[in-house]
Amino acid sequence: MKLQKNTLLALYSVLEFAARPDEHIPASEIAEKYGESAHHLAKVLSELVRARIVESVRGVGGGYRFIGNARRLTLLNVIVLFEDPAQELHPAPEEASATHDALARVFAEIDRIALATLGSVTIATLLKDIGRAGGPDEVADTAAESAEMA
Amino acid sequence: MDADAKTMSTEAPRQRPRTRRPGVEPGRPVLSVRTVRASDMPAVVALDATVTGLHKAAYWQRVFRRYGNHGQGQRHFLVATLDEQVCGFVIGEVRDWEFGAPPCGWLFAIDVMPSARQLGVGARLLAELVQRFRREGVSTLRTMTASGNSLIQSFFRSQGMRAGHLLPLEMDIGHVVPTPNADTQEDQVT
Repeated sequence: MKLQKNTLLALYSVLEFAARPDEHIPASEIAEKYGESAHHLAKVLSELVRARIVESVRGVGGGYRFIGNARRLTLLNVIVLFEDPAQELHPAPEEASATHDALARVFAEIDRIALATLGSVTIATLLKDIGRAGGPDEVADTAAESAEMA
Repeated sequence: MDADAKTMSTEAPRQRPRTRRPGVEPGRPVLSVRTVRASDMPAVVALDATVTGLHKAAYWQRVFRRYGNHGQGQRHFLVATLDEQVCGFVIGEVRDWEFGAPPCGWLFAIDVMPSARQLGVGARLLAELVQRFRREGVSTLRTMTASGNSLIQSFFRSQGMRAGHLLPLEMDIGHVVPTPNADTQEDQVT
């Protein structure tokens, strides 16, 4: 599975915001960290605002803040805002339909496993993993402390 | 919590008076995990019925006979209680060399009353089961979930579980053709 650039940027952003849920983080900080233009990132963040995953506060001290539920929000919830992760095969000519159908069944099987995986990994779990792995930065403990859900 | 506890008490045996352990914050429910007792079974059946919508008393009695207090050793049937009211359970056992795998612990049932979720009940049950498996010398815990059940998968993942080395496969083998009895079947064949 290869995710689009915007989707990956959205996942990185959500993880950054969820790691520091009490802070308003400037978009420029995320853009600089991941080597993206602020303009490009703004489009991604506006989608996350629309989905009520982050909120935007303007002015001095403003920025973006995580307002989702890290223990319930899954990677799949974020991904589907930007793309359909289940790839459809292009329709085949009629004489090749048996081959096409057989291949389509294999790809559908792969999709089912991928979707189940993405739909079961929450942002809190991922933050916990980053913390365990001695992750790159502050994307770790804050939300991960509450990762246990049951 | 209170409303739920009242619901369960209709089938559960009479509860002992509340006791507080030193250091436990007054007003906060006391969470404990222990081996199941026969007297817990009405509450377990009720919990399962609440979650699944199916009342399976006979099934649970069979499970109790196999995994309950007489089935201990490598089999474990544990319950979690909040203020001595059953609010969750977990069942698992050590299995040897199945699917070509060295002995490992299999968890095949875990449930927490919906009103008691997000209180750490499932995590405590899982931790206790893992501890018992470790004492028996196994170092791997396995389970299986329905692929569409993202809630339970999220729970297991939050506890550190990941996709393992086994891949479940299945196939449709068609409808079961009822046969009146074995004699009739043999007549048809001959």
